[in-house]
Amino acid sequence: MLPEPIQQSIDLFARLPGIGPKTAARLVFFLLRSRESGLSEKLAEALSDLMEKTATCPVCFNMMSAGREQCSICSDPQRDREVICVVEEPLDVPALERTSGYQGLYHVLQGALSPVEGITPDDLKIKELLDRVRGGEVKEVILATNPSMEGDATGMYLQQQLSGFDLKVTRLARGLPMGGDLEYADQNTLLRALMGRQELE
Amino acid sequence: MTKRDRSIRTEGIILRRRDFGESDRILVVFTRKLGRISGIAKGARKPTSKIAGHLELFMRSSFLISRGRNLHLITQAEVLEPYDHLREDLAGIGLGSYIVELVDAVTYEEGSHLKLYDLLAATLNALDSGKDPGAIIHYFELHLLDLVGFRPELFLCVECGSEVTEQDQYLSGTLGGVVCPSCVSRAGSADIRPVSARILKYLRHFQRSNLDELTALKIPRELRQGLEEAIRYYLNHTLEVPLNSPDFLRRVSKG
Repeated sequence: MLPEPIQQSIDLFARLPGIGPKTAARLVFFLLRSRESGLSEKLAEALSDLMEKTATCPVCFNMMSAGREQCSICSDPQRDREVICVVEEPLDVPALERTSGYQGLYHVLQGALSPVEGITPDDLKIKELLDRVRGGEVKEVILATNPSMEGDATGMYLQQQLSGFDLKVTRLARGLPMGGDLEYADQNTLLRALMGRQELE
Repeated sequence: MTKRDRSIRTEGIILRRRDFGESDRILVVFTRKLGRISGIAKGARKPTSKIAGHLELFMRSSFLISRGRNLHLITQAEVLEPYDHLREDLAGIGLGSYIVELVDAVTYEEGSHLKLYDLLAATLNALDSGKDPGAIIHYFELHLLDLVGFRPELFLCVECGSEVTEQDQYLSGTLGGVVCPSCVSRAGSADIRPVSARILKYLRHFQRSNLDELTALKIPRELRQGLEEAIRYYLNHTLEVPLNSPDFLRRVSKG
């Protein structure tokens, strides 16, 4: 029906998560119409750079620019090397960085344990975390996996694995979100918020 | 759900979940009234979501579900039984995941199955109470097979129909039960495995007894593995798709 290059672009867009064939077609025709702005050329260039010019940091497994030895956080001499914050996904790092309340290093597991999806400890960067800790410099590991069953399971497994080391293992606090509603909170969250209450000074 | 009621209130147990779109989640829920359904929970990944905390795997919650064009829409959720005790350790998470994965594997979209729902809820209750999970899990497995029409025949030889005597026997997934030693050469397929008289006795016990009778049962240590293997063999044959949770359980119990 459609010219081959258009159909091919539509099919490729449709393979992205959350994009169905209709949305894909809309995106492709938008690109076709915006010929003057050069958007599709820029997009093509950005996409080819995406693979060529990025790499995974061999220390923390966060994303970094290709050609570096370590990511900008791992190689920053200002950062506290005694604390490692363990997160599930690379996107969790900028989220924590935006708080500007953390000066330590990170470790990206690249997922979370899930019995049903068949994700076992071997599929995550857990061995690599233990190797880092074995160096002896680390005094605290902060488990910042998501507050979900998968995140909790991952946290428990890590706690088990880290118990043999001489360091502090902590887990992010759980409680009520800003703009949340007490009435709709689940018991577990409310209970933890209650247990973790703090005296006003 | 008839055409008239656009939305329905029912309780259900979460079987599977995955992220969808910007901040939504797609859930597979085994509901009491509608059977297994897939529904979308809009905004469930936002921190301020009013339902997110009520939608964890193998939680029993009360839902308000309305029919969407493709997927159902989960508009309200309130947890009835979080099974928090079961969530406290990795083995518990593995077991809870295993039984919901099994239910997911044997059910089809839409079509209520009250007995299976009650079995699932009762099993989660029993597991959450902290009793020895071994017997509870095997009870669940055999009764689930029963309810979905794959009850293994454990009392009569499936080949010759004669009563099974108290000696070592054979179990066949294809033939759906016990094959006695004198028929085993005739049955002749590769898909057959030996089962000891003692293990068979336990299998029958799980099949015939109710949960209360079984929670007190201690399975002798030396039989645990054999029992698990026999049931795993039969289940794998029946389901035709491999399950993920057993591997996980094995992996975390190793430590």
